[in-house]
Amino acid sequence: MQHKKQFEQPPRRVALFVTCMVDMIYPQVGRATVQLLEEQGVEVVFPEDQTCCGQPAFNSGYHDEAVPLARHFVDVFHPLIASGQAEAIVLPSGSCATMTSHFHLELLENDPAYLKRSEELAAVTFELTEFLVDVLEARLPEAQLPGKVAYHACCHLLRELRIDDQPRSLLAESGLDMVDMTGSDECCGFGGLFAVKNEPISVAMGNAKLTSIEACGADHVVMCDVSCMTHLQGLLQRQDRRCRAMHIAEALASRHPQANGELNTATPAKAPDTGDRPRRWQDVGTD
Amino acid sequence: MRSRIDIEAPFKTRVKQAVADPQLADTLTRATLHLKEQKRLSLEELEAQHLRDQMRQMKAYTLRNLPELLERFEHNVVMNGGQVHWAEDADEANRIIGELAERHDVRKVVKSKSMATEEIHLNHHLEAKGITCVETDLGEYIIQLAAEIPSHIVAPVIHKRIDEISELFADKLSMPRTLDPQALCARARVELRQEFLSADMGISGCNFAIADTGTVCIVTNEGNGRMVSTLPRVYVAVMGIEKLVPTPQDAFLQYQSLTRSATGQRVTVYLSMTSGPRRLEDVDGPEEFHVVLMDNGRSRMLADGYGESLMCIRCGACLNVCPVYRQISGHGYGNTYSGPIGAVISPLLSEEMALNKDLPYASTLCGACRDACPVQIDLPKMLLNLRHDLVSGRNMPGAERRAMQGFAGVASRPAAYQSAARVARTGTRLLSGFGDRNLRRLPPPLHHWTRHRDFPPMAKQSFREWWTKRSGTQGSAK
Repeated sequence: MQHKKQFEQPPRRVALFVTCMVDMIYPQVGRATVQLLEEQGVEVVFPEDQTCCGQPAFNSGYHDEAVPLARHFVDVFHPLIASGQAEAIVLPSGSCATMTSHFHLELLENDPAYLKRSEELAAVTFELTEFLVDVLEARLPEAQLPGKVAYHACCHLLRELRIDDQPRSLLAESGLDMVDMTGSDECCGFGGLFAVKNEPISVAMGNAKLTSIEACGADHVVMCDVSCMTHLQGLLQRQDRRCRAMHIAEALASRHPQANGELNTATPAKAPDTGDRPRRWQDVGTD
Repeated sequence: MRSRIDIEAPFKTRVKQAVADPQLADTLTRATLHLKEQKRLSLEELEAQHLRDQMRQMKAYTLRNLPELLERFEHNVVMNGGQVHWAEDADEANRIIGELAERHDVRKVVKSKSMATEEIHLNHHLEAKGITCVETDLGEYIIQLAAEIPSHIVAPVIHKRIDEISELFADKLSMPRTLDPQALCARARVELRQEFLSADMGISGCNFAIADTGTVCIVTNEGNGRMVSTLPRVYVAVMGIEKLVPTPQDAFLQYQSLTRSATGQRVTVYLSMTSGPRRLEDVDGPEEFHVVLMDNGRSRMLADGYGESLMCIRCGACLNVCPVYRQISGHGYGNTYSGPIGAVISPLLSEEMALNKDLPYASTLCGACRDACPVQIDLPKMLLNLRHDLVSGRNMPGAERRAMQGFAGVASRPAAYQSAARVARTGTRLLSGFGDRNLRRLPPPLHHWTRHRDFPPMAKQSFREWWTKRSGTQGSAK
């Protein structure tokens, strides 16, 4: 386990590692992350040379291919931290946080110069909810999402970073109508390349998760990783299910329409239908 | 009647067969969640983490001192009047046991549940010599009737429902169909009693063996282990070299950890300890006691950096929490050992790792197994290491390697990465008909994603484009 830096004063400037999937596919999650941080008075720095943490290669056994990406991450973020332009690195992903603060160190094991800098970065790298709760001790404005909300604990976040109370407490205090989901700590079946390499198992595991979602009656299932979210949302949409998968940043940043500012990104879904007939996902509203 | 999964078929076929069985995942989910809950309840009673730490220390000590402990064990078995045989691989173990059986003119063998003898396919070997082998653990007995292999380390028949077992007994034992477990059990008992009394040799595995006393311990709930080790003239215990514990105290530490982790029992119904053959003053017991110490790839695992997997006590806890196991069952893994631990050790036990190259990838690396393991084996880490070994040994498809190299080449250069992102955006937006509609069909290999799942198109405006625009309008630093 990495030793995390203890801040005497809450950090005022953080570097955002937005992750490649959020950058390209889910910019609204990045915008929500910025909103949540700026609402706490934290200035966000976005180093534009950032790319990908290299997890797809590392997880599949391609260490040689992942090493340049680990070095690139250090090259991009270390100068900011070393110069004090940013005091911490925040990212809206448990999985990429695991990669950059645990597995990069393994990849750079035989490269003392990079390893040292990677360790320095790991000590100030925080997953979003971890940063909000453990570092900022933040109180968030009330969130506004119609319908019932369930939390799904993503595996790297839960079992590599041991982050679980943080997102759950943020949600509990958010004003959202939270429901308990059985097996919320069971893997959804994404697993990176696993989802493609072992498609039948991945889909079967995802369907098991959909059964739990259905059983708890959630209209939104929220989580801290867009990768698992893509998998679950892909299944929910293909099967025309009512529930919608959502990143926690979007859920927490959803505000009442009156409070709608430039940063308000999450579009609230329509009020849930109380009828027995399951509504199509498309009827709930899209971004 | 037979399992719908063909063990000999390629991994992808086995997976298809497993997920096509509508009831299999339900059966396994119910059974494994029950075991998981029993384990949780029984570990609540004591300081579970303390027990895990003690176990880990004990196993680490044992592996560090394995050569010396093995010699001590051998010495003590011999002093007790038993005999020890060293088998480097499966063939040698089979040969040793086959010769013992021939020397004693053995016609029938009764066996207590043993994964070690499954690992070396002992029954096939003995049956080829005309020797009848009878599995006497109820689950193994059912498996043998069905001509299958165990699908779980602790509960070999976990994949079968009672109606399937009833059908099997009707077919093989001409028993009237019944869903009463006691009636089925009673019938098996009648059959097995004859076998115990007429067998010439008993063969068991070993849950742990004590170096200081030369004692082989087997943990059972049915008492068949005790009959196998005491009734026939000759008793042979087959054990992997990692099954050793240093002292009797360590044995009870492991016993406690094993029973609670496996089934949630504080104690099992039987713990059978054999320290040697019948002595003059004994009223029963075997005339000869043999121990086969089997390596079969284990010292290579120790040498190659996978020694941690030899700390495994075969409790099955990692199977009971594994969401992949639940979907594909033990038979999906196609080897003696299944679940997360099987995915690690099957490729290592087999001579050619490439034969089982699908198994290290048959995991989402969710980590539930590591949390469940009573010895805290870092199974996800070992799966990652195996993947790296497979890639380094050039066992993976060339196209995959080239794709990874391409990805790394692009993603380590920001300009190339951003161009690639724009190309990908154009591509996905074209495929989605210039709209925000989800992609329902992607070209290979991504068709594996879209067969059952939608994929979102790339955003019209990426985060970094939004950020640049916003920074421009706000005039703030980047």
